[in-house]
Amino acid sequence: MELTRLSAAALAEKIHSREVSAVEAAQAHLDRIAAVDGTVHAFLHVAGEAALESASLVDAALDAGTPPASPLAGVPLALKDVFTTSDMPTTCGSKILEGWRPPYDATVTARLRAAGITILGKTNMDEFAMGSSTEYSAYGPTRNPWDTTRIPGGSGGGSAAALAAFEAPLAIGTDTGGSIRQPAAMTGTVGVKPTYGGVSRYGLVACASSLDQGGPCARTVLDAALLHEIIGGYDPLDSTSINAPVPSVVEAVRAGASGDLSGVRVGVVRELGGEGYQPGVERAYRAAVERLEKLGAEVVEVSCPHFEYGLAAYYLILPSEVSSNLARFDAMRYGLRVAGGASAEEVMALTREAGFGPEVKRRIILGTYALSSGYYDAYYGQAQKVRTLIARDFAAAFEQADVLVSPTAPTTAFPMGDKVDDPLAMYLNDLATIPTNLAGIAAMSVPCGLAEEDGLPAGLQIMAPALGEAQMYRVGAAYEAARDADDDTPLIQRVPALEVSR
Amino acid sequence: MSADSPGTISRDEVAHLARLARLAVTDRELDLFAGQLDVILGAVARVGEVARPGSDSGDIPPTSHAVPLVNVFRPDERRPGLTQEQALACAPAAEDGRFRVPQILGEEA
Repeated sequence: MELTRLSAAALAEKIHSREVSAVEAAQAHLDRIAAVDGTVHAFLHVAGEAALESASLVDAALDAGTPPASPLAGVPLALKDVFTTSDMPTTCGSKILEGWRPPYDATVTARLRAAGITILGKTNMDEFAMGSSTEYSAYGPTRNPWDTTRIPGGSGGGSAAALAAFEAPLAIGTDTGGSIRQPAAMTGTVGVKPTYGGVSRYGLVACASSLDQGGPCARTVLDAALLHEIIGGYDPLDSTSINAPVPSVVEAVRAGASGDLSGVRVGVVRELGGEGYQPGVERAYRAAVERLEKLGAEVVEVSCPHFEYGLAAYYLILPSEVSSNLARFDAMRYGLRVAGGASAEEVMALTREAGFGPEVKRRIILGTYALSSGYYDAYYGQAQKVRTLIARDFAAAFEQADVLVSPTAPTTAFPMGDKVDDPLAMYLNDLATIPTNLAGIAAMSVPCGLAEEDGLPAGLQIMAPALGEAQMYRVGAAYEAARDADDDTPLIQRVPALEVSR
Repeated sequence: MSADSPGTISRDEVAHLARLARLAVTDRELDLFAGQLDVILGAVARVGEVARPGSDSGDIPPTSHAVPLVNVFRPDERRPGLTQEQALACAPAAEDGRFRVPQILGEEA
């Protein structure tokens, strides 16, 4: 099998046994990027030289007999362009940060480097992570490897597409309202949003600080777990970081892969389905629930009556935090400054007008409105109360079930251009993923087959209480193993071949 | 408009908000955003249907943060920050080791 088709775990095994060098692994992926990224456009920056240099250090250490720095040492990875990197630009998909070289590494970046993971480059995203299709990137959209006329989801469409295009076996995303899980569902890959505070936000350029959470993206549940344990854990540089051990998710995956889910209670969320959900997605999802039942899980229905207000609360809380966080882009200390204004205030307004795209402007204006005197109680204040009600819904549901499930997204990948001028239609993509962000709990998306009407991947969302990742990974791994055993080939290997340019 | 009729936002109001947010939006954008924001506000105003003050669920406490945290302190120790050179490396303009900024006050001040 080609190196680029291997899972991260299999590739690591070959590297650590010296069957393959880390440099060969990096080069194979750089070659693949050169061949297909003209079409896919998953990357905003490819750091070929730095990647090969980092890989050669891993090779030198292994050749000297040093044990691997981590179970993923030498494996290449695609990093979402919202984490700071001292040796690569960090743009967040925005013109306002074009060419910015941060003076420091994010904690996630630093942990990847310390683990010997080869960072191939930075991936495309909706500007400042605002969007569900990657069409709001200022540098052009990413295309879905399953069908290049369609979106790869968003905001982390670049990271998800890089996996599905076999440009990298691992990626990092961030999930504020679904930006890891929804692209995973759209591309037939695995994406995990850890418990809020489970992965450091230091050096993660803020979208909405109370919701943002970095997490692992991969093609298999085991690969995601291996990466989760490397990037997760307490960081004194992030004051909202949880000071507790990282859940033992790799162990949980190995237990889950045996395929026995007896004793596990799986709650089907009644409100996440029905109207607005594509029939083929619902059928794939229901088949996945039946499969969990066959593995021994006890399936119960749970009701979360306030989830229907989740989208509304989210699109008040998020813009409010965005309007405050993005005030830092003031054209004074770093980033873009345009000519023309007489005063600092004018320069600021002209720069922000030129540097931000339409979705970012809309959300800043919406947030400014929601926080205005006279409207604060009716909008932001009410939204915060809804957040409490949603957290209570989850707490009640987790009394009846160990994990909750739903479709990850209401539809499969939609055609490019379909929703780009209709913000509300775009927001509806996040219907099923938003409640977990509001409550700060853990959730993941695992591919659950192809929708019959369009042959595109659908995602099974598995949600768990705060720091309950082990149970979630166990269920995900058991499901994945059963799915692959029933099908002839793993779902991701059924991506149509991309046209290769040399 | 008043807070009693959420979901209706005028073009003038959007222009005012854009000024507050330091966005020099164009007339075309104002036309576009006013319509789009009106639709969005109409949808998000639903939060008012639950937890309304005076209703059964009116005493719901707000959640600003998902994980309950008390103040987090770090030890009061000196540690290196960015050097002056690093801090200024990406500045749009710098002079004599400092950020160079446009005049702070407008002509009329």
